[in-house]
Amino acid sequence: MSYLEYTVKSTPTGLRKILFLNWPLTLLLCSVACVGFLMLYSVAGGSFTPWAEPQMKRFAIGLVLMVAIGMTPIWFWRSIAVFCYGVTVILLIAVDLFGEEGKGAQRWIDLGFMRLQPSELMKITLVMFLAAYYDWLPPEKKSRPLWVLLPIAIILLPTALVIQQPDLGTSLLLVMAGGGIMFLAGVHWAYFAAVIASGVGLIVAVFQSRETSWQLLNNYQYRRIDTFIDPSADPLGAGYHITQSKIALGSGGWTGRGFMQGPQSRLNFLPEKHTDFIFTTLAEEFGFVGGISLLAIYLLVIFFCIASALANRDRFSSLLILGIALNFFLFFAVNMAMVMGLIPVVGVPLPLVSYGGSAMLVLMLAFGLVQSAHVHRPR
Amino acid sequence: MKRKNADHEANQSLMSRRALVVGGLQFVLVGGLAARMRHLQINEADQFRTLAEENRIKFKLIPPARGEVFDRNGVQLAQNVPNYQIKMVREDTRDVEAVIARLSQIIDLDDEAIERAVALIKRSAPFHPITITDDVTWEDISRVSVNAPALPGVTPEVGLSRVYPLGSDFAHILGYVGPVSDYDLKKIDDPDPLLRIPRFQIGKVGVEAKEEIRLRGSAGNKQVEVNAAGREMRELGRREGKPGANIQLTIDSKLQNYLQARLDGESASAVVIDCETGDLVAIGSAPTYDPNLFVSGISVADYRELTDNKFRPLASKAVQGTYPPGSTFKMITAMAALEEGIIGPDETVRCNGHLEVADRKFHCWKRSGHGSVDLKNSLKRSCDVYYYDLALKVGIEKISAMANVFGLGVRHNVEMSAVARGLTPTKAWKKRVHDKDWVIGDTVNASIGQGDMLASPLQLAVMTARLATGREVTPRLVKSVDGVEQASGAGAPLKVDQNNLKKMRQAMFAVVNDRGGTANKSRITVDNMRMAGKTGTSQVRNISAAERRTGVVRNEDLPWERRDHALFVDFAPADNPKYAVAVIVEHGGGGSTAAAPIARDITLQALYDGPPPLEAYPSKDRGRIRSQQKRLAKMRPMAKTQDDDKA
Repeated sequence: MSYLEYTVKSTPTGLRKILFLNWPLTLLLCSVACVGFLMLYSVAGGSFTPWAEPQMKRFAIGLVLMVAIGMTPIWFWRSIAVFCYGVTVILLIAVDLFGEEGKGAQRWIDLGFMRLQPSELMKITLVMFLAAYYDWLPPEKKSRPLWVLLPIAIILLPTALVIQQPDLGTSLLLVMAGGGIMFLAGVHWAYFAAVIASGVGLIVAVFQSRETSWQLLNNYQYRRIDTFIDPSADPLGAGYHITQSKIALGSGGWTGRGFMQGPQSRLNFLPEKHTDFIFTTLAEEFGFVGGISLLAIYLLVIFFCIASALANRDRFSSLLILGIALNFFLFFAVNMAMVMGLIPVVGVPLPLVSYGGSAMLVLMLAFGLVQSAHVHRPR
Repeated sequence: MKRKNADHEANQSLMSRRALVVGGLQFVLVGGLAARMRHLQINEADQFRTLAEENRIKFKLIPPARGEVFDRNGVQLAQNVPNYQIKMVREDTRDVEAVIARLSQIIDLDDEAIERAVALIKRSAPFHPITITDDVTWEDISRVSVNAPALPGVTPEVGLSRVYPLGSDFAHILGYVGPVSDYDLKKIDDPDPLLRIPRFQIGKVGVEAKEEIRLRGSAGNKQVEVNAAGREMRELGRREGKPGANIQLTIDSKLQNYLQARLDGESASAVVIDCETGDLVAIGSAPTYDPNLFVSGISVADYRELTDNKFRPLASKAVQGTYPPGSTFKMITAMAALEEGIIGPDETVRCNGHLEVADRKFHCWKRSGHGSVDLKNSLKRSCDVYYYDLALKVGIEKISAMANVFGLGVRHNVEMSAVARGLTPTKAWKKRVHDKDWVIGDTVNASIGQGDMLASPLQLAVMTARLATGREVTPRLVKSVDGVEQASGAGAPLKVDQNNLKKMRQAMFAVVNDRGGTANKSRITVDNMRMAGKTGTSQVRNISAAERRTGVVRNEDLPWERRDHALFVDFAPADNPKYAVAVIVEHGGGGSTAAAPIARDITLQALYDGPPPLEAYPSKDRGRIRSQQKRLAKMRPMAKTQDDDKA
């Protein structure tokens, strides 16, 4: 569709746009963030410093950002999608060249007022680019090999750069989100079946090759897999996180130990308790009821996004919303699965709850796009 | 346009379907997460809650029991004995000084140990248990246990410590263990977490170090519940480690014991090797030291004494010491010449007491000369000129190659520290190392095992075993690991003419058993036990022309460091070789007087598997030997306790 096909006249204009924001979604995001403030207050031992207060300020900025982006026409975002993607790729290359090292990996660029993590930004700009691509591509071409290879290249370029950092977790998320959009756009299912089958084959090969002459991974990587499969094999090393996390989670029971009463978090048994493992504290202090409530809110966010996407007749908008929802889902699902010991420990924060600037701002930015698509939908 | 719209509609509905699929999948996955949460928080809540509540859970590594070491007959050489330790955890103790003061009222603690422990406690992490003392009795332990309420953070523990029951006899072979040092850790990439346990002991030298991985085993771990004071309350789970492998050596502890006693008082070393299998039956070096001193940490004074000793007790001279082999090398020179067909065994060379080569006079040790000598006579009387002559004809390259065939200049694979490679010089070697051309005088020197030629006692024993059997015998020290027999050292026949070897053995037999042979005084007189061998005396100084004119200074008149090394190699019984022996007495003087008697005594001890009958000795020696045997028996307290144990 060209710009002209939007029924411009029925689209709200000016400040009236605020009334047409996706308000249920906005309220849900605020309530998730409030859960985050509460938990950060708790893990700091009943104090707004050092985590809760900066987090609140950032969320406020994020909220303003979201509304601002939401009021900007969606066709503007579509027209700069390729540009955004290009800029982010350049930032990724810059990080490889001059990025700051943190925890053994190069991930940040210091902008002065904040530390930017281009790999976070990549998750959104990749979605934008792919949505724009499938909006532009005539539908009958979408399953032709050449037109399938192009988006694969678009996905793999940033993925390769992120692996360099090295950040295996984020690169896997990029591949999954990108693949998800291709699936949503209607690329023939046989491609996905082939990729999944070869993926399974690769995993089998990795395990079969162990201790043979054609071993595919390094020994330490195998050890990490071992630790995941049986954490008690290395209880003082990598297995420590998982074991402690499971103890904290499990001891929460039905209703938890009460706000600020979780001994595991109190006694510093938990690693990264304010970032990647914050869900453990929530589950310890508010129990199964608390955990399932947060999960329900997350699910509602996804639900409202999908509903908004299905109601939107603009192809770019639908794909964008679904892609962002998929990213959001991957965020919290991977984090929770990690904390509950279902998958290996990868550094993925709990969206809007974990302490951290980059991830939160990028998420709010993404939801800004969702709002924009919602406000400017063809009517 | 219409058509396009229809397409668009179809596409839109495909996307809606796909969106529902993805959404449904997400819903299912969230359901999975919820189920997992329910499982952890509801089904297993009780278990986790008790774990988390009053108790804390700790993971502890269980160090595996270190493998023990035995001799070829199953006599224990290295064992683990329980010892009682008292440990302290700072975070539970709080007032460290006060608790230690109370502790020292209950049990005896020496002040130095206390100071060391307090310093260590302050330095290390608050939850690390620090050993205050590891040398307390069972009574001390029970007293500490009774007074436990007054001693927070103090726990008695039973550990294992390494003991070498035969002490100094096996110091050079076994080496010793000691606590892991930072230096040790740096050498290993990806060290076993076990090594980070405070005071965990690893092998430092000898078999203990070379077989470290097999002896160590692998760690187990246990999950324990501890109360607020850090005391273990309950074990929740345990994964057993794998204890280290037991290692059996080829050494015969009885013979080793005799050998060490016989070498006592000298700066000497000796090797006994089984000619057929290559088993090293005894490897001794004197003086020696007590490895048990190192296990618990040797005092500075004791260590200084060992390092300052000019006889180098810490060095295992039998494998790491290299010496000019002297006349014991003559068999190699002769073999090289025989193999090349330069001389027949019966051809003679005339010895005038010296040989002039390139305007330089090379002297025979006997100034008046030996007259015309053939192979047998030259070896028997150790004529030098005969070998000078052979060497000039055959050349250094052939000689060095032959030396390598017999195991000289080759690093043998024996599980001891710093096994020496020795040196068999060649023209290329000299060019490379000294940047000088090889001169003919070098060949002359090398022909009688002087000059650059260097060999260890182990290599000389291997050489002798190969001469005796004609096979490529390789030395073996580890007989079996956890009952699994290791590869034998019996080798393929050497690629030399066996007839030449036979002539060589006959000549060596003459050295010991013919009247006029250089080792005739040290012969064995029992018929089926006769010994064949070769003496060697290697100079450690140059004899100047002036000294030759005035008469060579007698060894006894020289300072110890400048005296000649005494060497002897032999194999016995001569007609069916069982053992080969090499003995080197550092700066001991002549090989026939200083080394041969020792080698003979050791050979006999090995052949008879105990003290030999006096008939084995020449009749005029028997009185002296009898008193020597008595004296040595008294010097072997370790062996006695072994016998007492059996009785």
